[in-house]
Amino acid sequence: MSEGHGTDPLHVPDAPHRPGDEAGFVDWPWSPEDLKRPDVDCDASETVTLAEGLVRVLGDDNKSSGEWDPKLSSEEMIAGLEHMMRLRIFDDRMMKMQRTGKLSFYMRSFGEEAVAIAQTMALKEQDWLFPTYRQPGAQFVRGRDMVSMICHCIGNEMDNVKGRQMPVHYTYREGRFISVSSPVGTQFSQAVGVALASGYKGLDEVTITWIGDGASAEGDYHYALNFASIFQAPVILNVVNNQWAISTHKNFASKNGNFAVRGLPYGIPSIRVDGNDFLALYSVTSWARERASRGLGPTHIEVLTYRAGAHSSSDDPSRYRPSDIHSQWPGGDPIDRLTEHLKETGEWSDEMHQKLSEKIDSEVMVAYKEAVKFGDLANGPYPSSDAIFTEVYESPPWHLEEQWDEMKKWRDS
Amino acid sequence: MPNMNMVESVNNALDTMLSRDNDVIMFGEDFGYFGGVFRTSDGLQDKHGKHRVFDSPLSEGGIAATAFGMGINGLRPVVEIQFADYIFPAYDQIVNEMAKVRHRSGGEFWCPVTIRTPAGGGIRGGHHHSQSPEAQFTHTPGLKVVYCSTPYNAKGLLISAIEDNDPVIFFEPKRCYRGPFYGDPHKVPTWSGHPEAEVPESHYTIPLGEARLALEGSQCTVISWGAMVHVCERAIMDSGISCDLIDLQTLVPWDREAVVKSIEKTGRCVIVHEAPKTSGFGAEMAASIQERCFWSLESPIERVTGWDTPFPHTTEWDYMPGPDRVAAAIAKTQED
Repeated sequence: MSEGHGTDPLHVPDAPHRPGDEAGFVDWPWSPEDLKRPDVDCDASETVTLAEGLVRVLGDDNKSSGEWDPKLSSEEMIAGLEHMMRLRIFDDRMMKMQRTGKLSFYMRSFGEEAVAIAQTMALKEQDWLFPTYRQPGAQFVRGRDMVSMICHCIGNEMDNVKGRQMPVHYTYREGRFISVSSPVGTQFSQAVGVALASGYKGLDEVTITWIGDGASAEGDYHYALNFASIFQAPVILNVVNNQWAISTHKNFASKNGNFAVRGLPYGIPSIRVDGNDFLALYSVTSWARERASRGLGPTHIEVLTYRAGAHSSSDDPSRYRPSDIHSQWPGGDPIDRLTEHLKETGEWSDEMHQKLSEKIDSEVMVAYKEAVKFGDLANGPYPSSDAIFTEVYESPPWHLEEQWDEMKKWRDS
Repeated sequence: MPNMNMVESVNNALDTMLSRDNDVIMFGEDFGYFGGVFRTSDGLQDKHGKHRVFDSPLSEGGIAATAFGMGINGLRPVVEIQFADYIFPAYDQIVNEMAKVRHRSGGEFWCPVTIRTPAGGGIRGGHHHSQSPEAQFTHTPGLKVVYCSTPYNAKGLLISAIEDNDPVIFFEPKRCYRGPFYGDPHKVPTWSGHPEAEVPESHYTIPLGEARLALEGSQCTVISWGAMVHVCERAIMDSGISCDLIDLQTLVPWDREAVVKSIEKTGRCVIVHEAPKTSGFGAEMAASIQERCFWSLESPIERVTGWDTPFPHTTEWDYMPGPDRVAAAIAKTQED
């Protein structure tokens, strides 16, 4: 008989901390001065240290430094802070509404507010956004009205997707925010096609997309990297490594724990960035945009962050991880860090912060009250059920017409 | 009018659309430089440039996803899946994404993609170069499903599919690329001289959703699509029974008026397809016909189909419906 596999015949990984464990993370060895900002026309091989390291701009003292400092004006940083605060306050309000039965379901971006907001601010308005359900904040940057976002989440008669999708599955074409789909990862490979179409038409449009650490195990992730690399698509491919896919730890998606380096063998310049550092996110995204815009092809970015909250309103993370674990994350909180940085520069104060927070809170309440005028989940009015049959095709074929008539007969009797 | 086989007419349709519409872009495995394993894209890259007609990686899921992205961003992609048997890595992208994006986005995004794929048996292709998976797509709302059968309808239907603003799955019966197939593997004629091989060089369309009355008769309605249309034609000749032969052409949406009108005339019906029987599209047709035409029916509806087994290699002629089986089914509908 040959030698077997010893005491571990089938190796199944585990998360590093489970409920009841003392949560703790090793402090990051990287500081803002560590990594150089290469020329945008660099080769993938010149980004190895960027993929293996971590691009940071805000240091532990919340001061900005290093070659990656985007040197944003205080107005730009305050605008970013306001978007992030709005997203957190909006999320908290919606979650409360979900708990009282006003929404069927909700997903917060808690702890990850900087990701979509900083990255979208670093782009141009003609650029396409192809998000997951964890990047709704991009819509604030693109000017979407909160009332219309809430109407979608409630699924009332003003929902622009007509009660067809679960909450947080936004579509906002006006802001070039492409429709969110529940099957994870599909948008990643589709985004390459969006980018190639822009290139084919000769337009200066870049496409940015995001995928989670969990969904990077799907085939679509690898299709995207290969197609983007082969056809030199003007696309920015982000893996948001927030450590968790519902209860599945990132150890089930990557053996070595680094997602950024996966872009290198595809020949794609790759960077890992502190996802709770607004300035670092802005900076690497600007760099990637310039590459894409100059015809230099895709960039692969691992956004290192931590999902501070539950996956969704249906999830209870205390069942699978220590409840206070997110407060231990070495990256801290993205809103606190930018706030402290602004205070450090003398551009911000506790009073200003408090005032802005109160202003946003009241705007969210006003928007919510406005939205429910068009119906709420408990009482309606809902979108017409005729919307079941419309837009399945450009115009309904006869068999849908027949079934639509039958539905109306039952509905209206 | 030129005589074309189905390879040439498909090629001509693709060429016509590349010439007419700069938003049309095409890719697939072995599709660009080489011109496709069945030669349907031969010469197109030379003529239209490699930015419009190109090879893709061997990645059906990636092909479908890329086409999706191009489609929602204003292009009109036409992609080839080299064999229908290999479409399944793209199934999620087709079923959950292409088919639903118009609906899920409230009409803000749509996906005018055509997916062409050679399907069906008769070339000794074994399990994985012979299947006819139309039923796996007719069950998905949001898709249109087309199955051509002759050089003439291949071009007209394909142009309609490309011009359609919804995603279309376009099946090409590979057995019929170079000649109609009457069920005898030892006598395989070419398209030369066949009336359906008279194909105009110019742009023309056959509307999706319209069937073709291939033969006109009075005693039985035979409904089929793809290569089996020609087997049915031979079977009807052999049977000596006067039949309407309806070549459905489009399965979703299928031609209700043509089918109902014919059954009301003949009172008898045989449905023929080479895909397996259980949950095949013939089951949908049989159920719909009895719902709509029950009082016109004089005998039970017969189905002649492939078996509910994997598709065989050397024994494929015992798998595929032949004229004998179809003729026997037609005769059975005539029994009192």
